[in-house]
Amino acid sequence: MDLLEYQGKQLFARHGVPVPPGRHALTMEEAEAAADEVGFPCVVKAQVQIGGRGKAGGIKVAQSRDEVREHAQAILGMDIRGLTVHELWIEAASEIAAEYYASVVFDRSAKAPLLMLSTKGGMDIEQVAEEDPEAIARLHVDPLLGFQEFHGRRLAFEAGVDDDVVRPVGAMLAKLYDLFVAEEATLVEVNPLIVTPEREVKALDAKITLDDNALFRHPDNSELRDPSREDAQERMAKERGLTYVKLDGDIGILGNGAGLVMSTLDVVAEAGGAPANFLDAGGGSKAEAITSAVEVILSDPKVKAVLFNIFGGITRCDEVARGLIEAFHQINPQVPFVVRLDGTNDEEGRRLLAEANLPNVHTESTMDGAAARVVALAAQGSRTVSAA
Amino acid sequence: MSILIDAGTRLCVSGITGREGTFHTLRNRDYGTQVVSGVTPGKGGQDVDGIPVFNTFQEAVRQTGANTAMIFVPPRFAADSILEAEDAGIELIVAITEGIPAHDELRVFNALKAHGRSRLIGPNCPGILSPGKANVGIIPAAFFSEGNVGVVSRSGTLTYQIGNVLAQSGFGNSTIVGIGGDPVPGTDFIDVLAMFEADPETELIVICGEIGGDAEERAAEYIAEHVSKPVVAYIAGFTAPPGKTMGHAGAIVSGSRGTARAKAQALESRGVRVGRTPTQVAELAASLLREGAAAR
Repeated sequence: MDLLEYQGKQLFARHGVPVPPGRHALTMEEAEAAADEVGFPCVVKAQVQIGGRGKAGGIKVAQSRDEVREHAQAILGMDIRGLTVHELWIEAASEIAAEYYASVVFDRSAKAPLLMLSTKGGMDIEQVAEEDPEAIARLHVDPLLGFQEFHGRRLAFEAGVDDDVVRPVGAMLAKLYDLFVAEEATLVEVNPLIVTPEREVKALDAKITLDDNALFRHPDNSELRDPSREDAQERMAKERGLTYVKLDGDIGILGNGAGLVMSTLDVVAEAGGAPANFLDAGGGSKAEAITSAVEVILSDPKVKAVLFNIFGGITRCDEVARGLIEAFHQINPQVPFVVRLDGTNDEEGRRLLAEANLPNVHTESTMDGAAARVVALAAQGSRTVSAA
Repeated sequence: MSILIDAGTRLCVSGITGREGTFHTLRNRDYGTQVVSGVTPGKGGQDVDGIPVFNTFQEAVRQTGANTAMIFVPPRFAADSILEAEDAGIELIVAITEGIPAHDELRVFNALKAHGRSRLIGPNCPGILSPGKANVGIIPAAFFSEGNVGVVSRSGTLTYQIGNVLAQSGFGNSTIVGIGGDPVPGTDFIDVLAMFEADPETELIVICGEIGGDAEERAAEYIAEHVSKPVVAYIAGFTAPPGKTMGHAGAIVSGSRGTARAKAQALESRGVRVGRTPTQVAELAASLLREGAAAR
């Protein structure tokens, strides 16, 4: 789960990472009230999880209540690279003497947390890494031992931070690591980490990704929401306990097992189609789960045809067939279905489908054949729609 | 021969009294796996269809000589159960559980590595099958027969798909190893590649990868330097958008890293044939095996 800046900063504050005072606002009125509390000058910041907010006009400094109102009006509802701004963070403006970069990353490859520090803050770190890799000091922490004070010193000296802030920067790294472990994050990034003219060290931005699998241990975090990222189908699927990812094509996909579903998307794309979604009905899918999944897939109005690709291991093909038949009884789909059933009880499943004689349901025996068929049917569907 | 599991496997199942645990334990036993015991705290002294249940791994190992563990407990108990099995001296631990927190996996991985006593397969994996010898996990054995193809995979159903096409072409498997779809697998492609390279029964290796991380890229380097047997690969997730977790916790393209394209290129640039569909992978493997047989 990716957190918004203000959600990240609230976690920072809770773990003692210094941040400028700020308030959350959903309306112009709330923005004004927030500005009164944090004082002037202040910064009005769009809350969306995407880089380049400043360039897009989503971050503005305000000297007065009128300016806060003006900026809030401009930013609320603004589209930043496809995301609509629903929330603002109003923060006391900071004076900046130096901009650094700091992060703790869950390094899958090394199987250890990776700490990074650079004096090239305030810019795209992937670009810095490419152009000037030496500018980033890196160090892996043994997760069984945890953060040691020398880690902070080593990084600070290697990165070349100003001598007088070696200690506070090291202390901030220690707190970021504490947060990383305590909140079970997979990414904690501060860019920029600033030094003020008074030589205070503060986090001016916050980018945190939390591990979804650990949210059961963090009920407060599991309540956090990002309305700019929410999608109707994804929400519906989540409520029904289905693994669903919305894509932008017109062929609905259902399969069992994450790898097989990913592969199905690829095979459909190879055949010239565009998948509308990823949906893993999971191992041992029961009829009700299949019915429920069909509802989610068809709630996306772009879907023109649906492909079921089932290789039954634990999942039984007859259960999948029953689920599909039930779905047809309940919601009477208007788009064609291509069903490929292979593996456990596949003959029984195909027999059930043949007996039910559902309108516009086509069975195929191979994955490649099924992909070609559904692509052809979706193309036909588009022609019918445009002709009508 | 086979790798990891065979007739000498003595299996103890953590979570044996749960619904799924019981179901798969009995399936594994029906296949011929020696299932010697189970562990469920508080249910020591009971039995599951004649398989004795113990409160701790320590007791189960002492009384039944278990050398392999299968972990079937819910995610919040799984790390603890793996560490308990290791502490009791179990050499091979197969963790089926999906949804274990990443930081738990990090601790477990590093603890096992530091002690150097046990190998972990998984978590979030379908287990291991050595056709004709033993089955530990949830792989549907009916689709596989004995043979010379070693398979190592991050995905379950995709493996069944490829194995099934291979079987239809008349080729069986030495061992199928599901290493799992999580960000911190206990065992990686490289570890299994080394075992298959050393296994006289294995003639060809299929590796089945997906988006996320760099395990496939590292496997490509390893193959170029250390693997003499032919390797065929499949990578899932060419159409996956960046930043989205595609079902498996580890299947995510982060920024520009972990794409299917980069993985396929890394493998192909080192001479590994990469199939574009699961069917094509099985066909590539089958034709290489026929060539190999013809050459002999």
